[in-house]
Amino acid sequence: MAEPAPAPPHESAWLHVAGAAPYIDDLPERADCLHAAIAQASVAHGRLTKIDIAPALALPGVVAVMLAKDVPGINDCAPIVAGDPILAVDEIVYAGQAVAAVAATSLDAARRAASRIKIAIEPMPAIVTVDRALAVGSFLTPSQTMTKGDAADGLARAPRRLEGTLRLGGQDHFYLEGQVAMALPREGGDMLVLSSTQHPTEIQHLVAKALGRGFKDVVCEVRRMGGGFGGKETQAAQTACIAALLAWKTGRAVKLRLDRDVDMTLTGKRHDFRIDWQIGFDDAGRISAWSVDLAARGGCSVDLTDPVVDRAMFHADNAYYLEHARIAGHRCRTHTVSNTAFRGFGGPQGMCAIEYAIDEVARALGKDALDVRLANLYGHGSRDVTPYHQRIKDNILPELMRALETSSDYRNRRRAIAAWNAAHPWLKKGLALTPAKFGISFTNTFLNQAGALVHVYTDGTVQVSHGGTEMGQGLNTKIAQVVASAFALDFDRVKVTATVTDKVPNTSATAASAGTDLNGKAAADAADKIKRRLIAFGAEHFKVPPDRIRFTAQGIEVGTRRLTFAELVGQAYMARVQLWDSGFYATPEIHFDRERQRGNPFYYFAYGAACSEALIDVLTGESRILRADLLHDVGNSINPAIDLGQIEGGYIQGLGWLTAEELWWDPAGRLRTHAPSTYKIPTARDLPEDFRVAFWPEANHADTIHRSKAVGEPPLMLAISAWLAIKDAVAATAEHRLSPQLDAPATPERVLLAIEDLKRRAKLPAEARS
Amino acid sequence: MTRPIRFLLGDAEVSEAAAPPTLTLLRYLRERRGLVGTKEGCAEGDCGACTVAIAEPRDGRLAYKAVNACIHFLPAVDGKQVIPIESLGGDHPLQRAMVAHHGSQCGFCTPGFVMSLFALYHRPGRHDDKAIKDMLAGNLCRCTGYRPILDAARDALGEPRRDRFDEAETATLARLETMRGEPPLDYAAAGGRYVAPRSADQLATVLAAHPEARLVGGATDVGLWVTKEMRELPLLVSTAEVEDMAYVRLAGDRLEIGAAATYAGAVEALSALHVDWRLLLRRLGSEQIRAVGTIGGNIANGSPIGDTMPPLIALGASLMLRKGGTRRSLALEDFYLGYRKTALAPGEFVEAIHLTLPPAHRRFAVHKLAKRFDQDISSVLGAFAFDVESGRVVRARLAFGGMAAVPKRAIAAETALTGQPFERAAIEQAMEALGRDFQPLDDHRASAAYRLTAARNLLLKAWLELQGGDSIRIHGHG
Repeated sequence: MAEPAPAPPHESAWLHVAGAAPYIDDLPERADCLHAAIAQASVAHGRLTKIDIAPALALPGVVAVMLAKDVPGINDCAPIVAGDPILAVDEIVYAGQAVAAVAATSLDAARRAASRIKIAIEPMPAIVTVDRALAVGSFLTPSQTMTKGDAADGLARAPRRLEGTLRLGGQDHFYLEGQVAMALPREGGDMLVLSSTQHPTEIQHLVAKALGRGFKDVVCEVRRMGGGFGGKETQAAQTACIAALLAWKTGRAVKLRLDRDVDMTLTGKRHDFRIDWQIGFDDAGRISAWSVDLAARGGCSVDLTDPVVDRAMFHADNAYYLEHARIAGHRCRTHTVSNTAFRGFGGPQGMCAIEYAIDEVARALGKDALDVRLANLYGHGSRDVTPYHQRIKDNILPELMRALETSSDYRNRRRAIAAWNAAHPWLKKGLALTPAKFGISFTNTFLNQAGALVHVYTDGTVQVSHGGTEMGQGLNTKIAQVVASAFALDFDRVKVTATVTDKVPNTSATAASAGTDLNGKAAADAADKIKRRLIAFGAEHFKVPPDRIRFTAQGIEVGTRRLTFAELVGQAYMARVQLWDSGFYATPEIHFDRERQRGNPFYYFAYGAACSEALIDVLTGESRILRADLLHDVGNSINPAIDLGQIEGGYIQGLGWLTAEELWWDPAGRLRTHAPSTYKIPTARDLPEDFRVAFWPEANHADTIHRSKAVGEPPLMLAISAWLAIKDAVAATAEHRLSPQLDAPATPERVLLAIEDLKRRAKLPAEARS
Repeated sequence: MTRPIRFLLGDAEVSEAAAPPTLTLLRYLRERRGLVGTKEGCAEGDCGACTVAIAEPRDGRLAYKAVNACIHFLPAVDGKQVIPIESLGGDHPLQRAMVAHHGSQCGFCTPGFVMSLFALYHRPGRHDDKAIKDMLAGNLCRCTGYRPILDAARDALGEPRRDRFDEAETATLARLETMRGEPPLDYAAAGGRYVAPRSADQLATVLAAHPEARLVGGATDVGLWVTKEMRELPLLVSTAEVEDMAYVRLAGDRLEIGAAATYAGAVEALSALHVDWRLLLRRLGSEQIRAVGTIGGNIANGSPIGDTMPPLIALGASLMLRKGGTRRSLALEDFYLGYRKTALAPGEFVEAIHLTLPPAHRRFAVHKLAKRFDQDISSVLGAFAFDVESGRVVRARLAFGGMAAVPKRAIAAETALTGQPFERAAIEQAMEALGRDFQPLDDHRASAAYRLTAARNLLLKAWLELQGGDSIRIHGHG
């Protein structure tokens, strides 16, 4: 296993630590700048009967109030399927929905004014939960079913069967920088929008539509985000549109920065799921049939719920070969905030389903869950077709899991934990080793395209613009490395600019872990074009064959001469050679037929596995991860330090999702955990005390940029091992004779109530215990 | 006589006469000084993105603390040195270490982390992992998973440590001493007023004259009234500079805690009484909160989930209340009349908390339960004092937070224990009786079922631990 090698730090690292890296709220405000605030509905479902803005307008400093009827263009900021009004029209569909927006000369005046807008709503019955939505048939879009073989028949024929229901909670992104946008009117009604967004092109489009203008009239720029995690893929649009609408209405610059509580009640989160599963297997633990219904709480609108549930379906096999599979995905419409993209994009929920079921299989058979996992992994050359009929050609999990089994000392620790548990009635330990196989590509094939623009200046320094956005994941650092390596330049000779829609148009969101794969290839394409031109120029100018021109760390070798890069480009400029170019990339080989649920949606897979050891308090349900060993596949890492950061950060974020972070709605459908005082993401103490991370040393089989692999999302799913380690510890309270029900997040409350449930079941007659 | 707020902002002397008294330090820095390196992440003192350091003279040296600028009212920095990220210059050992260890990803939380570590950097001695994690419990990072930040901290906090702030210490002290020669702060601007008396007598006089004043200690709760509820607080009176109420002292058989003593100031004395106090106070808020928040404020604020009240009630603490020159003593358990309703009369304030030292036969334990170990509001907090003689419980005082509208004793459970052998059977009787003492609520922190089951289990846990043997807590006592 490879140790990460030294790597250049994040391109903004020195600015970050000095507090000198500006985010949108830090930028100088134009002299005419107004501040905006939003008035929100407080009921989950109802008819909007009256909005009284007079008390707001009466406050000093208030310049404008915006309602739906004032929108000059299209009052909708939905990404795909209409249904996300920027400001509510007549129906309120979730508590927290934006009804009106205020612009004022100060932030205080704007917020005070927004709080004084009187919103009258005639309440209507609200569907809050997935269970309720399923019961009444409330769906956003039609359910989809993916089939391979005959799951019903496979289940009927299986020697053994288990079934269950699992509930997985949602997750707030809790990017440290909340949603923010600044809209700056330009000549002729054009608009520049600075937005903290993962998808500047979509902001450009939605702002233009809201203003009733062409896309050519709007520019969106993003230099950096203070975290995104999927929460700024579509959810940045409303903030940007409101700022732009108020800027249009007032003719002044407008900044809208959401207060944390507003952010958390207004914007979408990771989908919570209800999962009903059935599994058929034999006495050896070999799975023959898998049938699962994945029902997501989509919330009040479609947003990205369709592809999120698609991805949950694509990952409900995780790493396992399923002869017979039926995987159904349901998109529930509820009167809650519209759920959205979040690192993993449904994949984690799909994986949790089968990992939980396999844990149940192992407990039913009295086997070590690792053995059941190993027995069911996809094979090489056989047993390698997924439920969506894609053949897996790059599977490394059998070797990777065996390597982790050894490096984590799994078997010995399993025995040691059993002995420890026997001696400790009030604390219990648990252990789990789980794999993750994550499909890389947008499952909507057309999104897999990217562009870049490379400028070589006559002093030999280089500027790169591309369609991806920097949210902390280190994309710009990697792109700079890619371009620097193309010209054999030092890292600090290359600068990646802010992402601006007037430099690279028609971009896809920076999402699906694909930022480096797509934009890196596009940037390399642009650099290659310039490089080819430089070589052609050099060959002609210096009268040497093109293959005698080489770009090296020591400079450009031209035959026996050596020039600096600056000298070469200086001379090329004088000879009127174009020193800048654009690049483009479209991922090859992928296609998917959604009607038939068949195809090759993924260019390749990223793999990993983790072994987590948990400690629980039998009397309180508190838990802690004592040790975690992660072995993850990043291909040839472009920047090992950045990749390590993604792996560690992903695991901890997944740990938060599965063990601590709880979104709690009251029965009326109001979110009551909407600030860090009540919504608890991990702290430094929640990091496993013994945390070992290693890279799998193998290049990507697919022809990606530098043969690297996407790393943004996959490591999050390594935290499934932590959740199942806690489940294992809970099972230890009943000497592993019964299997506990443990939904996520495994908060102290859920853990304790699972223990209490085991106690209750242990007292029942044997046949009634399951 | 009103006067401007005077303080050092980095090296610069500032005299501020225009800012509203409830303007937060964060907004002052960002909006009035253009110092935008300090970020707003939550505006409620829970994420740490707004952390700045404050230095002030203590025992002839500069003492550094990290505070949440987002809920720190500007007048509270009077006579102190405010050190925001910009003052570090970009090449401080902590900043170099953060870069070297790849401690930033999105970078938004980074200045706050650097400033929390800066406060620790200036605290003498070796700082082990536990100290670093305690220091960082109030700083959230959503990107890194913390490992590289911890590595950077270990790297930069080696000894010896010396930076330009140490070099300038003597000069800084002299400048601050000059400022502190000013009369007590009485600051009025933009229609608001902030008074910071320096003695309990002055405080009593101000409150007697202005019973409508809002009394604040660290303002770690009242700050949110402004940032979240946009409440107008025309007159604030602060206990933060009341020097003769910040004591923690032994007086005969009694521990006396001045109501202006911060959590950080009281932790050693309370921990000397029992190790559980240390564990409890380490989990109460964060370093930023404990540096300014006061035990008196926790008590007088009267939240049913305040963490210090149950153990103080279990130990039989009493309050010294004062109005003008008149004082009265009241048992803490009698102080709470209903949800956030206390026995304080208008113009009256908590001057001190008195705690009789426990007799030798008292067995004591405190257990806090929350969704997260660090900086989380309790779902249930149980405090248990058993006076055991010859194996029998002669007196039991069991007090809980999170189980009722006020911090409350479990009288039925106490009764079930009293006179019984200190054995499991009696504990189980008392666990049963807790169901008669409490009908807790379902809310976002915990369900009623969990609260009651957990409260019962905490009682059992306390008894189990008092039998000796290993700790049965997942984080131990360490």
